[in-house]
Amino acid sequence: MTPNPYLWLVGHLWLVPLLPLAGAAINGFFGRQWSKKAISTVALVFCGAAFVMALGLAAGFSSAAAPYYCDLAHWIRSGSFQVDFSFYLDQLSLVMLLVVTGVGFLIHIYSVGYMWEDDGYYRFMSYMNLFMFFMLTLVLAKNYLVMFIGWEGVGLASYLLIGYWFTKDSAAAAGKKAFIVNRIGDFGFLIALFLMIKHFGSLDFTRVFAAVQTLPTETAGVGLLTAIGLLLMVGAAGKSAQIPLYVWLPDAMEGPTPVSALIHAATMVTAGVYMVARSSAIFERAPMAMMVVAIIGTLTALFAATIGIAQTDIKKVLAYSTVSQLGYMFMACGVGAFSAGIFHLMTHAFFKGLLFLAAGSVIHGIGGEQDMRKMGGLRQYMPWTFLTMTIATFAIAGFPPFAGFFSKDEILWKAYSSEYGSWVFWLIGIITAFITSFYMFRLWFLTFFRDYRGGNANDGADQSANAHAAHDHSDHGHGHGPHESPWVMLGPLVVLAFLSLVGGWIGIGGRFEHFLAPVFQSGGVAELAHETAGEAAGTGTETLLMLISVGAAFLGLFLAWTLYFRRPQLPARIAASLGGLYQAVAHKYYIDELYNVLFVKPLIDGSTAILWHGVDQNVIDATVNNSASAARHVSDNVRHMQSGNLRSYAGWVAAGGAVVIAYMIWMGVWVR
Amino acid sequence: MVPLSYYLVLSGILFVCGVLGFLIKRNIITIFMSIELMLNGVNLSFVAFAAHWHALSGQVFVFFVMVVAAAEAAVGLAIIIAVYRTRETLNVDQVNLLKL
Amino acid sequence: MFHLILFLFFGAICVAGAVNLLVQSHPINSALSLIAVMASLAAEYLLLGAEFVAAVQVIVYAGAIMVLFVITIMLLNAGKEERSKGSRVAILLGVPGVLIGGVLVAWTLLQRSNMQAAVPIGALPGDPADIARLLFHNFLLPFEVTSVLILIAIMGAVVLASRPEAVARGPRKDEG
Repeated sequence: MTPNPYLWLVGHLWLVPLLPLAGAAINGFFGRQWSKKAISTVALVFCGAAFVMALGLAAGFSSAAAPYYCDLAHWIRSGSFQVDFSFYLDQLSLVMLLVVTGVGFLIHIYSVGYMWEDDGYYRFMSYMNLFMFFMLTLVLAKNYLVMFIGWEGVGLASYLLIGYWFTKDSAAAAGKKAFIVNRIGDFGFLIALFLMIKHFGSLDFTRVFAAVQTLPTETAGVGLLTAIGLLLMVGAAGKSAQIPLYVWLPDAMEGPTPVSALIHAATMVTAGVYMVARSSAIFERAPMAMMVVAIIGTLTALFAATIGIAQTDIKKVLAYSTVSQLGYMFMACGVGAFSAGIFHLMTHAFFKGLLFLAAGSVIHGIGGEQDMRKMGGLRQYMPWTFLTMTIATFAIAGFPPFAGFFSKDEILWKAYSSEYGSWVFWLIGIITAFITSFYMFRLWFLTFFRDYRGGNANDGADQSANAHAAHDHSDHGHGHGPHESPWVMLGPLVVLAFLSLVGGWIGIGGRFEHFLAPVFQSGGVAELAHETAGEAAGTGTETLLMLISVGAAFLGLFLAWTLYFRRPQLPARIAASLGGLYQAVAHKYYIDELYNVLFVKPLIDGSTAILWHGVDQNVIDATVNNSASAARHVSDNVRHMQSGNLRSYAGWVAAGGAVVIAYMIWMGVWVR
Repeated sequence: MVPLSYYLVLSGILFVCGVLGFLIKRNIITIFMSIELMLNGVNLSFVAFAAHWHALSGQVFVFFVMVVAAAEAAVGLAIIIAVYRTRETLNVDQVNLLKL
Repeated sequence: MFHLILFLFFGAICVAGAVNLLVQSHPINSALSLIAVMASLAAEYLLLGAEFVAAVQVIVYAGAIMVLFVITIMLLNAGKEERSKGSRVAILLGVPGVLIGGVLVAWTLLQRSNMQAAVPIGALPGDPADIARLLFHNFLLPFEVTSVLILIAIMGAVVLASRPEAVARGPRKDEG
């Protein structure tokens, strides 16, 4: 590629986010009157154009010339502090860009088929494009404030899309929950930004990281960088559903399945990981913050995986799986293996996106049912869905040569060998890998094997957790039982399955890590130390650990095969014998109820008592009402002046005149 | 030689009596006459000042005041007659339709 | 000295007449006291040298306006004032107010030095010729305006005092 067209592309980097925005605006304002074909065309064209631009940027990308800047417009100029609308393209944002536009475009195509029957189709497509705009702003930002625009915006788009079927109470509540919990995280993010402004005087990446280089590594106690790191982690925990702010993600399954695939698997929830990776320079100088990140990630991974074992709703299993896999990514970042975390982010986008889309295909095919206990034996009805979902399941479980194996193994190796890591992280990671494999294959067996337990698609299938049955798919007249989905939905599945297969090969030989190295090299010392520590531990240990992780995956597959294929009565007996423990896990450890008691209810009660009754009613309303009644009382009394009696008027005039004369004499008007 | 202030005090007394009459009396015609009394008091002060400052304009102004008083008396008495026709009373306390 | 005696004499008549106006209950008595006040005021004007104004005072004020008042009293058959509820405010607030105001003004006037200058008897001769010269040179506009005012007053008085149906119907037929 000759330099000139590429420079034009880079100079118009701002087009990449703005094209989907245009699509969202057009569909939002005009889509109501248009045909579904027109709406789909607009949405796909603008999203696809962004993807094509991303491909062009990737094709001509040169690591030597990176990073590229694109300054769009001035924004804030306040004394010495300035923030502009600027975009930034380096290796990290290029990877994120390709993932977001690629997977996003595929999911857009899928949604054309999935949401076709829905009445608010134009609204859905508009929101999806809007989400793409915000997410692209987030990954392409050159300073923290533009990133924050994207950060908030994806939260907004998530709220809109989770509560897409807003007439359903549970969907509306889930949307609110997602937004509110996100906001708690955003609060931490904001405080971190304020600290940056105060101490570094800028929010621009290059200037902040350059300023950070001049500060010493904080090995003892909590300093400025640790504080910033921890606060950034709070924001990331909110956005990427880590402990303690993960509670919104399972509820977010109320939204349509493409939404779950795009936002809550492939892109939005990875924004936290991206942000932490982007801020690697800060974290590498704050070891305590890194430790916190690693601990949170590891604990979340294990915790969510255990909950996933007992879920019966297919989307909830995948939701907890997402939380768990995000934990892996944070564990990677926490031990200093930022490129491994990003690698897993990429492969996770492929196979988790595929899992959700395939689950959507399953749900679509059996008329809206989401409870796995009513599935089974779908292998013969939906062969393509079965094939692609199988590939994804093997990928997430970490079987070679699929994508998940390479990325997860990289993380586990770095957790063991990095100078920030320890064998504890590795052990918990292995256990989690085993549990992951177990519940994914449980899902696989329950859905596709043995006999179909669902009966007819139209016989009043369980309406509990989804609006599908009420909405669109039962209207097709699918009285003939489960069926395969149309090719508009299967196409993206196949593409993602292919990527889940080969997507990991880019990491062989450390090629991916070397590609991303310049981004994390800004830390200077730390990343090199990882490599030396890794090499010191020797390739022998690495191979051994790799074999153990593959063994854990096989163990999970074997256990699932035993419990759900060979002896299907066994799980119920085990659950009964475990009694309370099983109930706790099935009810998500009652965390939601705990939060309700600790935070939600006191907040609502306090708000009602103090803010509503106390302030709003007794102060604000009272002020207004009392001033009105005071005016009325005053006028009631003053009214008596208007008696209609001539002499009283004269009396008032005379009295007033006396007052004026007295005042004038007192002021010395007539004294000369 | 009478000091100027004596004239002014006399004028003031007449004026005050006029206001008192306005406030105390109930017959509307008497109230009108009190108004005339007030105007007369003011006229006296005009003439006194004119004499003090040797400005004849003061006396010319008295002339105008008298003209206005005449016009006002004419119209006012016509109004009183019209009111008497409808209300059959000359008591000002009973003409209070503007009472709130 | 003589001047002072004359002033006080006519001044006393003025005040007595004014007080009598207040005290009397029948309006005709009040009217007659008012005439007395006006007459003595004319004398005061003469003491100040304003002969034309004094003449006009007697002719117009005492001679025309007061006659109008007396005619109205006779026309409306006004009787003694009856008692009525009246207004408390007027008595309680207005009377003290005006008294206080008057006292204050009087006291201030008597304090100031430049108000103590003596005014000789006949200080400013109000020659009709001089007055006329002022009236038709400097005060020509007000003069014309007052003539318009009188015209309007006449029309207003005629309209107000006539019988309602007479105005509405226009002149009677047999008047041509």
